[in-house]
Amino acid sequence: MQAHDEFGPGGIRPVPPQRDVVGGYGEDTGSEEAGPLVRPYVIAQGRDHADTVQLDMISVVIAAKRAEVDEMELEPEQLRILELCRKPLSVAELSAHLDIPVAVVKVLLSDLLNRGLALARAPYQAKSPVSRDVLQAVLDGIQRL
Amino acid sequence: MASKDSDPGAEAPVPSALKILVAGGFGAGKTTLVGAVSEIAPLRTEEVMTEASYGVDDLSGVESKSTTTVALDFGRITINESLVLYLFGTPGQERFWFMWEELSEGALGAIVIADTRRLETCFAAVDFFERRGVPFVVAVNCFEGAHLYEPDEVREALSLNPEIPVVLCDARQRDSAKQVLLTLVNRVAESVNA
Ligand SMILES: Nc1nc2c(ncn2[C@@H]2O[C@H](COP(=O)(O)OP(=O)(O)OP(=O)(O)O)[C@@H](O)[C@H]2O)c(=O)[nH]1
Ligand SMILES: [Mg+2]
Repeated sequence: MQAHDEFGPGGIRPVPPQRDVVGGYGEDTGSEEAGPLVRPYVIAQGRDHADTVQLDMISVVIAAKRAEVDEMELEPEQLRILELCRKPLSVAELSAHLDIPVAVVKVLLSDLLNRGLALARAPYQAKSPVSRDVLQAVLDGIQRL
Repeated sequence: MASKDSDPGAEAPVPSALKILVAGGFGAGKTTLVGAVSEIAPLRTEEVMTEASYGVDDLSGVESKSTTTVALDFGRITINESLVLYLFGTPGQERFWFMWEELSEGALGAIVIADTRRLETCFAAVDFFERRGVPFVVAVNCFEGAHLYEPDEVREALSLNPEIPVVLCDARQRDSAKQVLLTLVNRVAESVNA
């Protein structure tokens, strides 16, 4: 009865666990998850989410070069974003560097975009068939590492 | 050295980004693999995600939403001046499916890290990418001292379609991680042609 469960030293090789293809999605309800995380993100308060520009975690942002920045009108975090974005950076990178959640970065950025102080580039959409050229470029880029 | 368009006022071209997901169970080597190929030390970001019932067949009828903060590790590979590739390590547990919905949107493909010490921890990720039609490869991470299954045994255990590549890797080695990435991009190329 136990024969299959025993693999002594140098004994029978263990049988790998088997994925249940039919079962598929499990029944993990995630119910042990704690309640909503409530953290006072003061810097994003009072912003109108309705005019939030569609931004993705990997939208790439760069500060507009010619823009006149009125520092008094911006949050300190927005000034930092503009500083960091002298080089193109993704929303995720900004979030990591500023230690601010992605959602809050998006709100701060939307405002900067609306003011014309920054530019954002939407992610490459892999949904539409990826062109050969792009795939080749990616292969070359990885090869160069 | 001087570039033609050195007008200091000109707007620099903004590259567009692509992403690849690296999924796998707790401690499977996701962050290690990302770090092995990334040009920056892996960064960490927090995304507050809304957990809705969509995409989870079994929860139909459940309408309440909750939010979960998910930490993601990611790295970056600059492909050229117009393209940047991001690699996102994502938690492998089933309860993060809702998050993969969002993350896999627009993803080029995925790497599922199979930790042979706990092979079952990658089942959920395989299920997900298979169903979503996201091109993926399985990277079997080789930990010392852990029993090592042959790639074919892993393929069998995961009931993988024959076209899904299974590669052995050591996530700590850049060359090894590179091979995994190359295998994935080639797989993406195949599935585009198919
Ligand atoms: N021997 C060996 N050790 C590895 C390998 N990959 C990762 N490790 C080690 O395993 C541990 C966990 O690796 P991580 O990269 O942090 O795993 P992870 O999947 O990001 O873990 P979580 O994010 O906590 O789920 C680290 O101590 C790594 O050094 C490998 O290929 N071989
Ligand atoms: Mg990790």
